Amino acid sequence: MKKISSEQIIDALQKAVIRANVSLDANIIAMLRNAIKKEENELALKILNILLENAEISLSRNTPLCQDTGVAVLFVTIGSNVSIKGMPLEKAINEGIKEGYEKGFLRKSIVSSPIKRINTNTNTPTIIHYNYTEGEEFIIDLLIKGGGCENKSALKMLKPSDGINGINDFVIDTVKCAGAAACPPFFIGIGLGGNFEKCALLAKKALLRDVGAFNSKEYLKSMEVELLSKINKLSIGPMGVSGKTTAFSVAIEEAPCHIASLPVAVNIDCHSHRHRRIVF
Amino acid sequence: MKTIKLDLPLAEKQIIQIRSGDFVELSGFVYTMRDAAHKRISEMIEKGETLPFELKDSSIYYVGPTPSPDNAFPFGAAGPTTSDRMDTYAPIMLSNGVKIMIGKGKRSSNIVKLIEKHNALYLATIGGAGSFLAKKIISSKNIAFKDLGTEAIQLIEIKDFPCIVINDSHGNDFYRGLSAIAP
Repeated sequence: MKKISSEQIIDALQKAVIRANVSLDANIIAMLRNAIKKEENELALKILNILLENAEISLSRNTPLCQDTGVAVLFVTIGSNVSIKGMPLEKAINEGIKEGYEKGFLRKSIVSSPIKRINTNTNTPTIIHYNYTEGEEFIIDLLIKGGGCENKSALKMLKPSDGINGINDFVIDTVKCAGAAACPPFFIGIGLGGNFEKCALLAKKALLRDVGAFNSKEYLKSMEVELLSKINKLSIGPMGVSGKTTAFSVAIEEAPCHIASLPVAVNIDCHSHRHRRIVF
Repeated sequence: MKTIKLDLPLAEKQIIQIRSGDFVELSGFVYTMRDAAHKRISEMIEKGETLPFELKDSSIYYVGPTPSPDNAFPFGAAGPTTSDRMDTYAPIMLSNGVKIMIGKGKRSSNIVKLIEKHNALYLATIGGAGSFLAKKIISSKNIAFKDLGTEAIQLIEIKDFPCIVINDSHGNDFYRGLSAIAP
């Protein structure tokens, strides 16, 4: 039996939320550099160079990449031989998030009710999804998700006869509608199948994939490659000023579904893609 | 690429000369306002209450900044939020004299027309460049709605703050000139 204390969880999470908000992943910096090499539009180039400089300033001044320090979305994978000591897991997670947002001078962006709209001033309650496995595995995937790109995400229940063309059209339309406001170049998570709510969760989960990696299933990989190429041909470009790079990656996750259904969800993430994996 | 340096507030004649697609660097005083502050100000106008600041000839930046970790600058990160959410309130803001709105993303066709009608400007700055833009804000003072936290209204002084002119006073729309973005 693997024993983990709630203090360990709190400490790891508060450090991870600060790190995720302040330090741009080295792979994304490489993607920005690559986009700069390819870009011909002067204004798009200027924006990409500012984004690189922004990442440097964030590290040196210890300030967030973006003022929207987001909602912390957590995917917790917990094995049957893991025992949490101290606080209940959910309480410990919220405590870690709260501490991180306070210590890291991060913005608190959660309101207690969508109608009353009073800020909780802690950036909690946070959003947690659990996945139960065997053994001693205990992993927390942390995604810092901004509101601007989340607002431009969409879900549609297609007909099975709509097929791959229908899926591609819906993804392209969603990206066009997201345009400049959702902060391109994007990272795009796509969920296919499941049902209404499962499909949305798959799209979010797709954003946890290592940046630039493709699905191991060949037919999904070829869809990812085709969609990424189609999206970049839209020439929306960095911050919508037109340019070569509109998306850095497209990741698809699928699940079995009803004979009548073809659910598709598109979760857009901005260029400030902030993901950390904590392995205990 | 030419950069046009501008000091706020702009004279009517200056606004007329600025064209969509221009790259500008602004210096001067701007009020921060996003969703919640817009809602309150609109309600105050409708009730005929005295406003916490003069809207006439003012400039508004759609931002909810993060706190500063040091004494170097007033904020940690201070990039723009999505402007289309403010389209609900922009008509009342423009008719009460707001001249410059700064945010990110496109505006509705109705707002584009109103920007032309009121001889105003809509500018986009760089979304996600929070730390970079925070260094272009050299002072900050709370004006109203402290209870709203990050959504409170602050009077900020910006210096060489980079923006792209999206909608000018002639009805031009930078994004509509580019085919990719949905109407």
